[in-house]
Amino acid sequence: MSEVRPRIAVLVFPGSNDDRDAAWALSALGAEPALVWHADDELPRVDGVVLPGGFSYGDYLRCGAIARFAPAMEAVAAFAASGGPVLGICNGFQILCEAGLLPGVLRPNEALSFVCKDVTVRVERVDTPFTSRCSEGQRLVIPVKHGEGCFHADEELLAELEAAGQVVFRYERGGNPNGSVGDVAGVVSADGNVLGLMPHPEHAVDPLLGSGDGGLVLASLVDAARERLYARA
Amino acid sequence: MLVRPKEGILDPQGSAVEQSLRQLGFSVGGARIGRVIDLEIDAGTAEEARSEAERMCERLLANPLIESYEIDVQDDDA
Repeated sequence: MSEVRPRIAVLVFPGSNDDRDAAWALSALGAEPALVWHADDELPRVDGVVLPGGFSYGDYLRCGAIARFAPAMEAVAAFAASGGPVLGICNGFQILCEAGLLPGVLRPNEALSFVCKDVTVRVERVDTPFTSRCSEGQRLVIPVKHGEGCFHADEELLAELEAAGQVVFRYERGGNPNGSVGDVAGVVSADGNVLGLMPHPEHAVDPLLGSGDGGLVLASLVDAARERLYARA
Repeated sequence: MLVRPKEGILDPQGSAVEQSLRQLGFSVGGARIGRVIDLEIDAGTAEEARSEAERMCERLLANPLIESYEIDVQDDDA
């Protein structure tokens, strides 16, 4: 590929375990990933950030509750405030919620069991940096693997999110793996540049491994990062 | 500090435990599971210790969206 490879940071917390998969997928999709240790208090020059899945700090207290205070998270918050695209996957989603960068919170699955399987999610919005390569209503097959992925927002907050179009990914009716309200699988911030989702797009970038649909999400992010890079240059 | 799921928040752990207790023949309802956090705080007065503990709960120990907390201060000054 002759196009410029934008740099995208992948944060690494003690207990992250999908950081390398995320980096591999981003690289395969045309970005240059940069692993960033949680204790670093600044980000290298990047045009996108991914908070990967895993069990940061052993999920102690609440998932993501301790990771949100990592020095690197201040830099991530500043990057988000400047309009930079930030994608949180699974544990990354939990961290973004705990950090207040996304609304709501992830709770233990309704059935209390860990789920690990392919799910189908519907794309509700395509005007985000994470879904530009998708078509509205498109169904993506992407695996989930989590014990605490039950998105919770009270009625009022959920109504606000729905009204503002902040629910970007939704589990197919009848296919909600964790009991999350409104079948929410992924939400975006009010400004539209921070997104969290429970399914793992980085595990679905090659049809050989079951599905390439996650590649659409990550490739959208790579496009957005590249645009940001050009705008900066 | 006693941190537990707010009223109205589904507590699947509590429900599972309640179910088990019922199977054992106990007639119980409304099981809720929270966590206890014991801490030693070096403070001048019990009030100071309480307000310090409150700030800890607000910032880290509880998630106000889903959890409520209670604080019990015990003076260990002896």
